[in-house]
Amino acid sequence: MIEVRHLVKKYGNHTAVSDLSFDIDGGQVYGFLGPNGAGKSTTMNIITGCLAATSGEVRIGGYDIFEQPEKAKKLVGYLPEHPPLYLDMTAEEYLKFVAEAKGVKRSDMKRQIEYVIEVTRLQEMYKRQTKFLSKGYRQRVGVAQALLGEPELIILDEPTVGLDPRQIIEIRDLIKQLGKTHTVVLSSHILSEIRSVCTSAIIIAKGKMIANDTLENLENIYSGDSYVTLRVKASEIEIRRALAPMDAVMGVECTQLQDGVTEAKIDIDSDFRDKVPEQLFYAFASIDRPILHLAEEHATLEDVFLELTSQADISEESADDTEAKDGETV
Amino acid sequence: MTAIFKRELSSYFKGFTGYVYIAFVLFFIGTYSATLNVRGTYPSFEYAIGNMSFIYIIVIPILTMRVFADEKRQKTDQLLYALPVSMGQVVVGKMLAVAVVMVVPAIVSCIYPPILGKFGSVNYASAYGSIIAFFFMGVALASIGVFLSTLTDSQAMSAGMCFLVLLVNYFQTTLVGFLPTSALASFLAITVVILILAVIVWYMTKNLLAAAIFAVVIGGANFIYYSVRPVKYGGLFPDIIGKLSMFSRFDTFIESAFDLTAILYYLTVTALFMFFTVQSLEKRRWS
Repeated sequence: MIEVRHLVKKYGNHTAVSDLSFDIDGGQVYGFLGPNGAGKSTTMNIITGCLAATSGEVRIGGYDIFEQPEKAKKLVGYLPEHPPLYLDMTAEEYLKFVAEAKGVKRSDMKRQIEYVIEVTRLQEMYKRQTKFLSKGYRQRVGVAQALLGEPELIILDEPTVGLDPRQIIEIRDLIKQLGKTHTVVLSSHILSEIRSVCTSAIIIAKGKMIANDTLENLENIYSGDSYVTLRVKASEIEIRRALAPMDAVMGVECTQLQDGVTEAKIDIDSDFRDKVPEQLFYAFASIDRPILHLAEEHATLEDVFLELTSQADISEESADDTEAKDGETV
Repeated sequence: MTAIFKRELSSYFKGFTGYVYIAFVLFFIGTYSATLNVRGTYPSFEYAIGNMSFIYIIVIPILTMRVFADEKRQKTDQLLYALPVSMGQVVVGKMLAVAVVMVVPAIVSCIYPPILGKFGSVNYASAYGSIIAFFFMGVALASIGVFLSTLTDSQAMSAGMCFLVLLVNYFQTTLVGFLPTSALASFLAITVVILILAVIVWYMTKNLLAAAIFAVVIGGANFIYYSVRPVKYGGLFPDIIGKLSMFSRFDTFIESAFDLTAILYYLTVTALFMFFTVQSLEKRRWS
């Protein structure tokens, strides 16, 4: 759906995006993830044709965004960081304007506008001037606008920023729903958001891509070992004895809590992860010691993200060091 | 393009701008006609139009200040960039809307000559010719305002710049009276203009070679012509500057002559500044 090849964007001496290449396949919800200032918005602006690249190639559905912009743009619905609303228009007038500008046929316009109003649940608000709408509703009008013209690809730049928790949940539900019929790319620096709506993620830092995979794979590849936190009414010695025969256990750390309860943080081999809770249950049942709490913890997207972005920091620093050394020798 | 045109036109009449523009121009046409034609018992309507044309200096900045400046401020320009329409279509759509607002007072003023005709002998061809020229001059001046509105996101700034440019243009013919008329002065002034243009070429294309070629070829031609025919340069620069004034071009119409070259000049200015507007918008995509 999207092919990005060796994309570079420089602002004067500052490189916002450096040699970015990735592919986005159809029919998934992609998270575009990176710390603030990583180049997310710049990349999205280039993909949607709002910004020219310094060098590189972007193809949308086979059309080059720089060579055949009008054909490529017809495949994309874009919601920029600030919903681009004309405040002197009602939501309905605005949607009509966008539909006409996108070249939606007159006969099809009514149906499409009704559809996007329904999907974004604007029924009660579409007669109002957009300047009187709350931020959440403006965002929805922005999404509705992106859906007009029936593009295959929807690109949303930080769609939940500045919304209240209820609105955030509503927008996320909307994105999930859109993901069933469209390819959706959304940028965010909020990991829980990516986790709750996306199937794949592209992680960038400092204008470079550092990972592009499904969430599951990302967590598996970068997770290392998993942990189980256990609270048992038993002493530390009893716990260690009970765990000793289990192959999956790699290490135990115990802390004494009140009333004879001990908390154990158990490091487990992720290959045996599925069997561990059951084994633990039987191990403690057999010595007549009740488990009060059992929680599995494996590397989260947060861990992956921190690990990857700090790696990018380190490689950047070491690159700086070598440059500095080169400078000295010269 | 039609979508852009319709939106722009409706926004003029959703706020006050469109009404204010039309009312202001009609008020001045009415006042000048009442004073010069009725009280002064002079039947030439073109005389009233010619005398009130300075009003463009005030109303055109108001009409054009928001065209692109407000898009930038509201960040709706991103929508324009993301839509499957070219910047050329956007500019044509917006400029058409401006022209439609401007044509309203021109059409209304068409009722003046027959009314005046009831009381004296009116040269209708000349009167309507001046209305047509008045409209085209307005569109040309507005195209400059539209271009200037792409340079900033502040409407006040956009209006201020437009006001200054139109003011200078209005007084241009008076100002050139102060310029030296010797051949050498004209040659030097033209050389400076060519160098400034070369710098603009360099700034826009970021290509030093192109700018150098431009400077050498045009500058060289200028130099050769000056060495061969220095007489031709006497008063040439003030003459060119004077000819570039759009307001002074209008004088011929007051003298009851229909000057087609002036209309072509207005159309050329409009086309040129629409082109500049597109370039300015495209450049923003690159920054």
